[in-house]
Amino acid sequence: MSENTEMAASAEAAATFLQKVQAKAESDRAAGRYEYDKIEDIGLDEGIKKLTPERIETVINQVLQGECGARLRAYVETCVHCGLCSEACHHYLSNDKNPKYSPVGKVKRTIWMMLQKKGRLTPAEVRECSVIASTECNLCRRCLQYCPFGIDIAYMLQTVRRICSKLGVTPQYIQDTTHSHAATMNQMWVKEDEWVDTLQWQEDEARDEFPTIRIPVAKEGADFMYSVIAPEPKFRTHLIYQAAAIFHTAGCDWTMPEEPGWDNSDMAMFTGDFETMGRVKKVHYEAAQRLRVKKIVMGECGHAFRSVYDVGNRWLGWKMPPIPMVHSIEFFYELIRDGKIKCREKFPEKVTFHDPCNTVRGRGLHEMGRYVANAFTLGVVEMSPNREHNLCCNAGGGVINCGPPWKTKRVLSNKAKAEQLARMKDMGIDTIVSPCHNCHGGLEDIIHHYGLEMKLKFLGDLIFEFMVRPDSE
Amino acid sequence: MQSLYNFVSGPLVWVAFIVFIGGSVWRLASLLSLAKKKDTYVFEYWSWSHVFSSIGHWLTPFGSTNWRMQPVMSVVTFVFHIGLILVPIFTMGHIVLLEEGALGWSWPTLPDQVADIAAFIVLGGCAYFAWRRFALPQVKFVTSPSDFGILAVVAAPFLTGIMAYHHIGDPLLVTTLHVLAGELMLVCIPFTRLAHMLYFVFTRGYTASEFGAVRHVKDW
Repeated sequence: MSENTEMAASAEAAATFLQKVQAKAESDRAAGRYEYDKIEDIGLDEGIKKLTPERIETVINQVLQGECGARLRAYVETCVHCGLCSEACHHYLSNDKNPKYSPVGKVKRTIWMMLQKKGRLTPAEVRECSVIASTECNLCRRCLQYCPFGIDIAYMLQTVRRICSKLGVTPQYIQDTTHSHAATMNQMWVKEDEWVDTLQWQEDEARDEFPTIRIPVAKEGADFMYSVIAPEPKFRTHLIYQAAAIFHTAGCDWTMPEEPGWDNSDMAMFTGDFETMGRVKKVHYEAAQRLRVKKIVMGECGHAFRSVYDVGNRWLGWKMPPIPMVHSIEFFYELIRDGKIKCREKFPEKVTFHDPCNTVRGRGLHEMGRYVANAFTLGVVEMSPNREHNLCCNAGGGVINCGPPWKTKRVLSNKAKAEQLARMKDMGIDTIVSPCHNCHGGLEDIIHHYGLEMKLKFLGDLIFEFMVRPDSE
Repeated sequence: MQSLYNFVSGPLVWVAFIVFIGGSVWRLASLLSLAKKKDTYVFEYWSWSHVFSSIGHWLTPFGSTNWRMQPVMSVVTFVFHIGLILVPIFTMGHIVLLEEGALGWSWPTLPDQVADIAAFIVLGGCAYFAWRRFALPQVKFVTSPSDFGILAVVAAPFLTGIMAYHHIGDPLLVTTLHVLAGELMLVCIPFTRLAHMLYFVFTRGYTASEFGAVRHVKDW
């Protein structure tokens, strides 16, 4: 009896992870970390020094009146300011439901102001617009699913980014990656010989484990071209290794390009530098066409999928991508469904699944992702909300790419996600599966900040580790 | 007073309907022609099956995730809009006027009591929406005087209609104000945010087309 009482008392004393997150948020608040007004960013601070009133007015009106048309007009004139979009946004939910972070609140602070003032903004107001559009919205499009009128707020905030890009007022880190795209056709300034060297190095490494493995470079007429984001050769080469091992095991006929076009990532899309985006996407499609492959298979990245499947093609005048393409979620799903990849032994835990906005709201791949995760683990335990209604990781839409100055704001502005994860942790789930690099980046920071002690896995991580490997020694 | 009444319930009705219908057609036509000129992709991606499916969900009470998350707002929104549409069209007094007036048409009416209750519901809806604008920070933040203006424009014909029906105030004055208020609302529809009545199909429809046909995912 006394032992039971003692146990109950100690169980009460032990804080749940949800309580830990809330306590951390309290201390963040007390330390003033939720005040973001003084964040410095050289790209913004130096950028606005070069502005003149005429330039601001000309550029804003050029975009709002010249480039935008019926959609912007319909959205602005239809919005009845009902605030129903608010609950959709993790920035709003995480910042104590401060209305300035609600989707419509962000539109009010940017496009409405631009329209009301007919483009006559001060440089400080332009800076504020850039901050809002680049660091307070992930363009995750969840609010579209919560607005009765389906008003595309992401489109409007992307338009603000475009205006800021044309004015030369974009956060420095993401602008830097856009420059890299423009100069090298990849996000990380990886040079052509470095790229091929990296592939050969990974092939060499993999031969210890898979003696006959190849990473076929520039093989014409293969079934598919595999494209990755530039951070893979730069920082996460093991992911290329893993993908090669999976394709090898499944007996795929595949290739990677030798020349620029191998990188499918696209920060220019997110800064609003659509001219650079168009060049980058054109090179990517052309690489696949030159190799005469049947399709493009993309690595586990969300934003790149959006860029290749949904955005870049339109800028270039293609209704759909000029060459068929699939995300690796779909590709893995097919490999497992067709029995080309088999599970040797399941990952010995139940996991939860974080849906990347760009693969669920961008392609409806939530069930395929779960199919793969279920096949290689003891099962998926659902977060809530989930699937196409999942809360964003707060890294996507280029927000994590705005770099260190904005990290604290980014992490604190996703307390909502931390609470969601903490509830899973309290249920005994220690592992999150998420098929997107950006989601990993964002979730890792949140896990670390709030002390959640959870592990993150790509689908490829699970498949690589737990598949049947006939060729392996 | 009688001559003013005769004017607002005679020629001015025609003017109001011409402005309402003509204005709506013009607003829609100009929106579509602008889309054709600058947003051709709207037509390229438009998918009627997804439009119907999505709008069907959004026009069904609790048919979308957000409607389920906001039960009070959902119920008020639905009964408000139903009343807003039914009362003017199916009230005995209006149909009698139309039948006796130039049109000579008529159709079934709502029982007076039902119409009366519906009118009160619409007024109650206006009051609720106004309360939200004061009380909920996320609504207050994006509220401007024009939002109250629109609510007033919507509330006025129902308030005066109720007054006329319940014989509150001078009958001729109240009836004249009622007709004027109704005309004002009609005229405002194409030229204010009340145009969401017209544009809703296009904004939700385009999002539905993109979500459904391109991205293969639900938008409700």
